[in-house]
Amino acid sequence: MSNLFTYTLRIADSSLILGQRMAQWCAKGPTLEEDIALSNISLDMFGQANGFYEYAAQLDGTKSVDDLAFLRNEREFFNHQMVEIENGHFGHTITRNFLHDAFNLLFYTKLSESKDETLSALATKSLKEVKYHLRHSTNWLIRLGDGTEDSNEKVQESLEQIWQFTAELFEMDEIDTELLNAGIGVDNTALKAQWDEIVNTTLKKAKLSRPEDAYMATGGKKGMHTEYLGFLLAEMQYLQRAYPDAKW
Amino acid sequence: MQNGKINKIWELLNTVPDPEIPVISVVELGVIRDVTFSNNNYIISITPTYSGCPAVKAFQDDIKVCLKENGINNFELKIVYSPAWTTDWMTDATKEKLRKYGIAPPADTVICPQCNSKKTTLISDFGATACKALYKCSDCLEPFEFFKCI
Repeated sequence: MSNLFTYTLRIADSSLILGQRMAQWCAKGPTLEEDIALSNISLDMFGQANGFYEYAAQLDGTKSVDDLAFLRNEREFFNHQMVEIENGHFGHTITRNFLHDAFNLLFYTKLSESKDETLSALATKSLKEVKYHLRHSTNWLIRLGDGTEDSNEKVQESLEQIWQFTAELFEMDEIDTELLNAGIGVDNTALKAQWDEIVNTTLKKAKLSRPEDAYMATGGKKGMHTEYLGFLLAEMQYLQRAYPDAKW
Repeated sequence: MQNGKINKIWELLNTVPDPEIPVISVVELGVIRDVTFSNNNYIISITPTYSGCPAVKAFQDDIKVCLKENGINNFELKIVYSPAWTTDWMTDATKEKLRKYGIAPPADTVICPQCNSKKTTLISDFGATACKALYKCSDCLEPFEFFKCI
């Protein structure tokens, strides 16, 4: 398994799992417009995942996009743990998405300068969509944080709960370092300062306080996950597992 | 001779409508990036509008049907991601078609396609398709769709 393959797969996995979480909002959104918005974001994430999986499948040469999405177990998924946690209430989802969208914006901006032409093209494409996602989650976070006492308390609590998953976004392991040195990958650590700026500015507008760094979760990139991923995969992969090679 | 055929393919592609917005063709939408000939095959390069837009799959099928019905069988569709699709590629004529159809075309100022008022407000950045946002006109009070700039 080449490191470029694993690197590409990690990006695809985070998009796919977040896309699946957004799809779970379909027909359950708090308003019709929000239902449509979250479903649209879900489609964007699936589309982005598809692009990165196609490239991963091409690098691998033996597996198809469907194999990669539907026939791997928890320990073979390399997504950030932040995207797999349960949606919770609408404010909880918005908080998680905001923290991840802000990272995606910075990550894809850098990845679009990659020496790898395919990764660069996919990143440039994804970046255009992520800008809309971040605007959406930012506006909602401000509206909920600076809304009623109840909505403020709820999103503040979500922020406290989700904060432990933020450190993982900026980690660098040996694969990241190798690809960074080759001019292909992104220096995640270097994204932190700008991410802090986006987060701090928005939290201030939303009248929310930034949680202190305490216990920080890690391991998603190595296939270590929370208990939530297995349930998500069981649902998402059911059809391919029950009817192998089924085609639409 | 190949050039003549390539022009013919462009003409045929220009008759394939966007599945969601049938007043404009896939060529006008800007998703057909190139038509070339190599190894006895016509290669049609297509770029997706939005990564996950279901219409992309639909118009690929429509293109295949259209070309085959017109006796062209030696072709393949190739997806290209770079340069990324942008609404900047849309011509003024295409934008006018969208406006007449009731969709505000991509522009810095969102103008109501019904009464041409510039007093419009955003309802949601996301609409019935990936490429559109929802707006409302403050003068004629009609809700309408805006083709997002991307």
